[in-house]
Amino acid sequence: MTATALTRRHLIGTALAAPLVLGRPAAAAAGARVAVVGAGFAGASCARALRRIAPEIAVTLIEPEAQIVTCPFSNLVIAGMAEIGSVSHGLDGLRAAGIEVIADRAIGADAGKGKLTLAGGGEVGFDRLVVAPGIDLRFDAIAGYDAAAAEIMPHAWKAGAQTLLLRARLEAMADGGTVAIVVPANPYRCPPGPYERASLIAHYLKTNKPRSKLLVIDGKDTFSKQGLFLDGWAELYGPLVEWIPVSQAGSLLAVDPAKGEIVTEFSRFVVDVANIIPPQRAGALAQTLGLAGEGGWCSVDPVSFESLLVPGVHVLGDAIIAGAMPKSGFAASSQGKACAHALAAVLGGEAPQAPSFINTCYSLVGPEYGISVADVFRVGGSGKIEAVEGAGGTSPRDAGADVRRDEARYAHGWYASITTDIWG
Amino acid sequence: MTAGKRGALLGLVLTSLALPAGAEGARGDMLAGSCAACHGPEGQSPGAIPAIAGIAAEDMARLLSEYRSGALEGTVMNRIARGFTDDEIAAIAAYFAALR
Repeated sequence: MTATALTRRHLIGTALAAPLVLGRPAAAAAGARVAVVGAGFAGASCARALRRIAPEIAVTLIEPEAQIVTCPFSNLVIAGMAEIGSVSHGLDGLRAAGIEVIADRAIGADAGKGKLTLAGGGEVGFDRLVVAPGIDLRFDAIAGYDAAAAEIMPHAWKAGAQTLLLRARLEAMADGGTVAIVVPANPYRCPPGPYERASLIAHYLKTNKPRSKLLVIDGKDTFSKQGLFLDGWAELYGPLVEWIPVSQAGSLLAVDPAKGEIVTEFSRFVVDVANIIPPQRAGALAQTLGLAGEGGWCSVDPVSFESLLVPGVHVLGDAIIAGAMPKSGFAASSQGKACAHALAAVLGGEAPQAPSFINTCYSLVGPEYGISVADVFRVGGSGKIEAVEGAGGTSPRDAGADVRRDEARYAHGWYASITTDIWG
Repeated sequence: MTAGKRGALLGLVLTSLALPAGAEGARGDMLAGSCAACHGPEGQSPGAIPAIAGIAAEDMARLLSEYRSGALEGTVMNRIARGFTDDEIAAIAAYFAALR
């Protein structure tokens, strides 16, 4: 866009006619201000979509990090199949789209007064606030597992330094070692993510350290795309991978990083490399602003994503319980766009239209072995987001190698498309 | 809304003028939003998934209907197309036909 060099100050009082783009009542929303906290899949998608569909609304995006390192495709970095730069995205594309990006951390807000407080001492005024804070890892949930323990037993469930740490731990391990991935009970960010991670670590071990062993110590007895993953592991990795459901070992009780020890109700494991994915809750700002309810997650209106606890504040992405929608990057982006449509309508004095969402999650079981789950979502009669009946589902279990290869290619295609759409 | 709103009219004339106007266009824009995650921004895919911008509306509507019925076999598109009505398919088809 060419208009980004102009500041808002230059345009105060500019008496342009309201455009008839999309038949929206743009004049009513002119001058409205939306502040978005968090430039991840949800927040950046919302900010960008809002600029596109309602250019008369000023959008300010608050994000402390200069680059977003995505959790999607970070499993490839862990397995040595990609570099961290390939999953890192700067914010210049968002600036070029006409969004004011402020590099700071939001620490508080007064929704009634329309003021957001920043760690650096500044304030941002808003008519509507969108909070997309992602997740917080619960370092109070597992005995012995705190932030310091995560430097030895990485979670790698927020991508970046933790991703590289787990990569380094795997590289340093001798052939014949044991790796464990500990997976939490639902709900958590990216339901199939731990199993893709197990797949790609297994690929790394089979290729480089074939006498090693991978344990997947699960807090559940069933998981996303389970049949497809178990088939793929048997086909590609054989006995190298062992999945241990909660009914077998029991829930995780404690870890001892110094000893490499993982203790569950019925078992004790001593491993060389441990990846502990702890239970989670909505990101810190959601807790601070009183947006999170019981269980630590946020409840929202399914059309506008306005908080059910704090009016005027919309919450998106992994921080919310969104009915049947999973906590995925695709779902977060889909919600961000739907929220942008709702904000454009509400700030223009109209009722938001009923949203439609899609989620497609690809997982790589091996470099040329992809699987997927896809669903279409609507707000159902229950007033909650529901999967459309008769649609959706997973890749067929009896598909041939050609389909698995296609879906592996499409996994890469998805990542290229969604990251270009959001940050490009 | 609070008092003291500032005029913010950046990019006003730059967006989406080719799109169908009116409520139907807004519906297509909303429905098509999720397509971008795989098929790229405004249907311009940078990667392995086919671009869909500029496909004639009747061709797109036929493709989606055939994915929905199973007459055409894809990977995820059969599963996704089954979630949309004829009217919604028409709105999505009109949206992408208007993009270049």
